[in-house]
Amino acid sequence: MTETTPTPSAGAPRKLRFHVLRHDPRDPHSVPGTEVFELEEAAGMTLFIALNEIRENLDASLAFDFVCRAGICGSCGMVINGRPGLACRTLTQDLPADITLAPLPVFELIADLSVNTGKWMREMSEHLETWVHSADGDPDLRRIEAQMDPDLADSIYELDRCIECGCCVAACGTARMREDFVGAVGLNKIARFALDPRDARKDEDFYELVGTDDGVFGCMTLLGCHDVCPKALPLQTQIAFLRRRMARTGLG
Amino acid sequence: MKVIYTDVLVIGGGLAGLRIAIAARRRGHDAMVLSLVPPKRSHSAAAQGGMQASLGNVIKGQGDNEDVHFEDTVRGSDWGADQQVVRMFVNTAPKAVRELASWGVPWSRVRQGDREVIINGQKVTITERTEAHGLVAQRDFGGTKKWRTCYVSDGTGHAMLFAVGDQAIAAGVPVHERKEALALIHDGSRCYGAVVRDLITGELVAYVAKATAIATGGAGRVYRVTTNAVICEGIGAALALETGAASLGNMEAVQFHPTGIFPAGILVTEGCRGDGGLLRDANGHRFMPDYEPEKKELASRDVVSRRMEEHIRKGNGAKSRFGEHLWLDITLLGRKHIEHNLREVKEICQYFLGVDPAEKWIAVRPAQHYTMGGVRTTHTGESPTLRGLFAAGEAACWDMHGFNRLGGNSVAETVVAGMIVGEFIADFLDSPRGDVDIPTALVREAVEAERARLDALLRGGGSERGDALKIEMQQIMTDKVGIFRTGADLEEAVHRLQGLLVRSRSIGLRHRSDGPNPELVTAYRTQKMLKVALCIATGALARTESRGAHFREDFPRRDDAHWLRRTLASWKDPSDTLPCLAYEPLDVMSMELPPGWRGYGAKDYVDHADTARRAEEVQRMRDQLQGADRHLLQSEIMPYEHLLPERFQGRNERIDERLP
Repeated sequence: MTETTPTPSAGAPRKLRFHVLRHDPRDPHSVPGTEVFELEEAAGMTLFIALNEIRENLDASLAFDFVCRAGICGSCGMVINGRPGLACRTLTQDLPADITLAPLPVFELIADLSVNTGKWMREMSEHLETWVHSADGDPDLRRIEAQMDPDLADSIYELDRCIECGCCVAACGTARMREDFVGAVGLNKIARFALDPRDARKDEDFYELVGTDDGVFGCMTLLGCHDVCPKALPLQTQIAFLRRRMARTGLG
Repeated sequence: MKVIYTDVLVIGGGLAGLRIAIAARRRGHDAMVLSLVPPKRSHSAAAQGGMQASLGNVIKGQGDNEDVHFEDTVRGSDWGADQQVVRMFVNTAPKAVRELASWGVPWSRVRQGDREVIINGQKVTITERTEAHGLVAQRDFGGTKKWRTCYVSDGTGHAMLFAVGDQAIAAGVPVHERKEALALIHDGSRCYGAVVRDLITGELVAYVAKATAIATGGAGRVYRVTTNAVICEGIGAALALETGAASLGNMEAVQFHPTGIFPAGILVTEGCRGDGGLLRDANGHRFMPDYEPEKKELASRDVVSRRMEEHIRKGNGAKSRFGEHLWLDITLLGRKHIEHNLREVKEICQYFLGVDPAEKWIAVRPAQHYTMGGVRTTHTGESPTLRGLFAAGEAACWDMHGFNRLGGNSVAETVVAGMIVGEFIADFLDSPRGDVDIPTALVREAVEAERARLDALLRGGGSERGDALKIEMQQIMTDKVGIFRTGADLEEAVHRLQGLLVRSRSIGLRHRSDGPNPELVTAYRTQKMLKVALCIATGALARTESRGAHFREDFPRRDDAHWLRRTLASWKDPSDTLPCLAYEPLDVMSMELPPGWRGYGAKDYVDHADTARRAEEVQRMRDQLQGADRHLLQSEIMPYEHLLPERFQGRNERIDERLP
């Protein structure tokens, strides 16, 4: 999507037209609609740079979220020309001159391009108890740490790289239909804790959390999640693996 | 008027703030966290390379311990740090790593046997011990004698933040997201909480607490070119400053990281150089050994950044349409290493530069990176002048970094300070000092005052624009208060910033919405940021010496005789346009490591009158106790363990230092 080299194009810079979906749900007079902003493209321009330029020069009230602007915090998920992605690391040169921006669906709209992913993720975390359930209580911190196989640690990190940006949920067919579906983000977390020997929970415990249609059995295997994940997490494999494991547990 | 009551109000949902809240909860107190953004999006997540803790598991870390970590940190600070606080920190850091391991952080682990690494540009085979297999691994970082930086690939901060964030959820800590503290509620001697604005609805709420903790991170965004996230605007420091009672320590101590990608300023980790990456100039020449023959690319950050800028000034920078830069070469590390241990770096290069770092060099130039200064506190994290106000992490100055922080010591500080200050806050709440009579009039007046300030912005008819003032401030800071400073530049900066501050008092808005209104947010934050910027610039102008990251071209020597003291900035009256500066001397006679040469960087400095006497005294103690247990020797020279919360006292076990 955004993997080409940023080379300054020859000739006059392009005129970009940003078609931005705007709405303030708390304003009784606000009607959802598209507003068009025109901007001259610059070399190396990302959507982070473009949106800030729009806010500085064209409309100071435009709402959107950025934090790290480096592709690591997951704040700036939005629908870019129909596809969920991280705006901060999307270069305009990889897009046509007409760029449509919309807030991520599923999540509560705050205003314009800003949605409340934080609230959704916290509820998901509380529901799935996404923390290590230690069997031994607090360790003696003065003692040498427990050993862990280096490859296993790497495998856990592979799944731990999720940044909770919400792109997988926005790209999910089930999430549109089932309000309580935990999404690929939730299923990936369960896969992560199931892999972690420090978590004392058994398959039966995980089954209680995701062995339902709001969990792993709700997935229709459309795998939009896998296609859009900005961190390229192995969601397809993890969901398939978890489903087999949970089906086995359920049939017990 | 809505009022929310709690025991501990934590402002900031990064690693330090979350860890404080967990500590308080575990001691039976209520704690609540305010966060501008969902806490897992905090800037803590941006720490890539790792956290320093002297575990000594890898073979290149053998022999590491608290003593070595202590000396590296104090030298790194250019003797500006509080040495007792450094001792508290280095003794707790291994415990923090071990606690985080038990909380699920997938630390990269040691593999026994041979492995190939790059040291000083050469391939070298090292052999890891069998008994270390599966323990937490360490990598090399700048300014350290041993390999000490524990890491999770190059997503260390992310993994730590998610583990601690999830522990906070497990502990039932409420995080009030998208809430911003606008002012502390206080009577000049006691802090009672904060006036808070809901960034979605615009509602003002009073949060009343027995203890208030500022953990809002750094102030990088007062500069134009910074690695910091857009939320790192120094607002926590400004909240403390605006009380007039609390003060800010050493704000002129600002770190510039050698490897911000050019021109965006996004960080690529020091782990690139720690793992063997090299800095090259326009001609492909590896220039750091010419300047720093001992530590080369791995001198401390202030030194490497200065050398890079010096090299560019001599005409050796690579030219581009955005200006000049240098190159970071990690191609020699090989694709496998890069895709395994430096994958965030690879993604950043790919997405922002369109470069594959396994094949091409990375364009870099130093960028503002870290705020060593912050809310001045004692070793307990409490303001010495405003009871009930605490601070921790980058927002605080307790003061473990002095004038330059070592790589890997900041993300370590977040959790360590969270652990220690969290315990002290719990102690405070359990003691009579924590008792509080709530002055309801004061609370009401504080909310009314903030309401009036917002109304003035929304409807006062002012003509100035917040974003324009902010951009001008950022440009002044980057141009005049950067890596190389002079009296003339700093005078100009102070003068111009003062002008901007005055103008910021007549900002008017084009959009009058009190809800999610980014223009309003920029307006009130710019007013606060200008005060923080003025503390940095005035502190830098007054400090007529060079120390750590503060480098004065007109005063290039470190001057211990006059400047072995901490700057304290306070803002006495809201109508002032300059902070008041005061100074707090550091006591050489109680130092464990008396001032000397750092082992890299400039060798000439002016000694303090007490240095020779203290050095002799320390040497005598070392001679007398030759062969004694290192802990005993240490406690003779500078006792500190009594300062730690009991929970975190005690020695740290290592492969080579078993506990009974």
